[in-house]
Amino acid sequence: MKSPGLRAYAIGYLIFLYAPIALLPIFAFNDSRIIAFPLSGFTTNWFAEMWADRQLWRALQNSLIISGSTAVIATVLGVFGARASTRYAFPGKGGLVGLIMLPLVLPEMIVAMSLLVVLLAISVPLSIFTVILGHVLITTPFAVAILSSAFQSLDKSLEEAAYDLGEGPVSTFRLIILPLVAPGIISSLLICFTISLDEFIIAYFLAGADTVLSSYIYSQFRFPAKVPAMLALGTILVLVSVTLLSIAEFFRRRGIAKTGGKDTGGFL
Amino acid sequence: MSNTPPKPKPTMIEFRDVHKYYGEYHALRGINGTIRAGEFFSLLGPSGCGKTTLLRTIAGFEGIDSGAVLIDGKDMARVPANLRPTNMVFQSYAIFPHMSVAENVGFGLRRDPRSKAEKARAVEDALEMVGLKGYGARAAHALSGGQRQRVALARALILKPKVLLLDEPLSALDKKMREHMQVELIKLQRQVGITFVLVTHDQEEALVMSDRIAVMFEGEIAQLADPETLYRRPNSKKVADFIGTMNFIPAEVVGETGGQIEVQVKGLGRARLEAEQCPAGRGDAPVVGLRPETLTLLYPGQTTTERTVDGIIDEVIYFGDMTYYDVYLGGTDVEVRLSMRNTPGRPILEVGSKVDVAWSASALVLFR
Repeated sequence: MKSPGLRAYAIGYLIFLYAPIALLPIFAFNDSRIIAFPLSGFTTNWFAEMWADRQLWRALQNSLIISGSTAVIATVLGVFGARASTRYAFPGKGGLVGLIMLPLVLPEMIVAMSLLVVLLAISVPLSIFTVILGHVLITTPFAVAILSSAFQSLDKSLEEAAYDLGEGPVSTFRLIILPLVAPGIISSLLICFTISLDEFIIAYFLAGADTVLSSYIYSQFRFPAKVPAMLALGTILVLVSVTLLSIAEFFRRRGIAKTGGKDTGGFL
Repeated sequence: MSNTPPKPKPTMIEFRDVHKYYGEYHALRGINGTIRAGEFFSLLGPSGCGKTTLLRTIAGFEGIDSGAVLIDGKDMARVPANLRPTNMVFQSYAIFPHMSVAENVGFGLRRDPRSKAEKARAVEDALEMVGLKGYGARAAHALSGGQRQRVALARALILKPKVLLLDEPLSALDKKMREHMQVELIKLQRQVGITFVLVTHDQEEALVMSDRIAVMFEGEIAQLADPETLYRRPNSKKVADFIGTMNFIPAEVVGETGGQIEVQVKGLGRARLEAEQCPAGRGDAPVVGLRPETLTLLYPGQTTTERTVDGIIDEVIYFGDMTYYDVYLGGTDVEVRLSMRNTPGRPILEVGSKVDVAWSASALVLFR
């Protein structure tokens, strides 16, 4: 970084990106209901208040069910998709893979609206299950992308070697493929979980009477008194998210190193 | 010394009119031939000639569209790869990266009913055979290229297959290592007595290692013969061109009498060829081929009983042990390359020198 202009730009960029997030823990520990400087003292009251919020716990429970199910379903679909896209050639493959990856760039608002219209039209009651449906739709491309990199770095001749040495397709999958793509699977589970946990629009549109964490946080911001507790919650969520993503990236990189492949990028 | 010729070895692999298509692409176009038990056999050809495909039809990784592949007399059509009596050394070696060396080598013994201790001994024996004694506990991904290859060999040979398939096993190694492994593989093959089938695009490697070689072009076997026949009596200009260095000189057939063929070779003159020097014609314009080492440069004062022709040296290529000379023959535009061993007291001649070149009609091969 030789030019001072570029350096200033980079620093300004990082401040713009991370300063708001840094404000979360600052005010989460600030002894005042009013979110403003100067800080008035240290407190852990907001964490205690958050801890005692029963509605919050229900929202969290719903969110965990949604995120957990989404992560598992999307990853299973991702395994099939990644395996097919890296191993087999079939007519229309390019287009099909494109369609699978499309939700990655499709505005979530569009996905949420169209799903809502369809679900209402075929009179499916809105609940956490419809949220899972929407979340699987948007997280599957991530799973396919992560797992494709795992399957791609898997040398095809490893499978053939296992057949050659007497194993059938099932034991080959268990003994060779699964251990080698396991880091990718863990990474996919964690990233899909995190995306689903943080997601707001689809959760807001499709949850019906059920509350999930993101929409609960949004609703609480209408009451100024509740804001510090939400900042406390936000602080915890940031920590959890960063931790999960770091673990995911760790496993993804370890997987590539294990199979002796080259790192071709990732999400972190 | 016994006068009875060695008994021909029994057939291990037989190809019966094997055809294979990839969509429209005709990858194998009627392969026929046999590989004998205990022989070191090579499939040689340029990339895309179908040699790897043919090897993979033996292993069972590729199905065939018509014809049959037989191993030890059994049709393999309905036998999947994991039940065939073959094992393979892959081009990439396909060492399982998440396992130790010993786990890799012992992988094929999973279904073996022997005790754990016996299997461990078998693994140790296999490692010793390939010169990796004591490497069992190492992580497979930490091995060098040459070591990986040895692990792949041990892993395949531990199952005592009827046939060992080797898919360009030496192509990833550097020249020194490759030459070293060539000799080791030959020794290993003699030691275990298993039929080896090697795929290679390196004609020198095939000549060095094989008992017999099938030269393949465009999905067909062009010639199947032992290395010497392949080198001395190639059956087509294409094979001659692919194996070693060959001078091609335009010629004219002037007469055929009693199995002998008389040709007028440009720059050399008339020559009478035996039938075995004239493989079945393909209707091409006739040319004769002759190897660089069958031509001899005569130094001043040297005499020979062979026929000679005068020439002018156009190029000198020094190789240390050998020197290649490109020589224009007999005042024509025919240029041949000839090779001379460099010995003490034999000077390297200069470009432009007038020389006599000795040649013999028996070294010629006619392609027409």
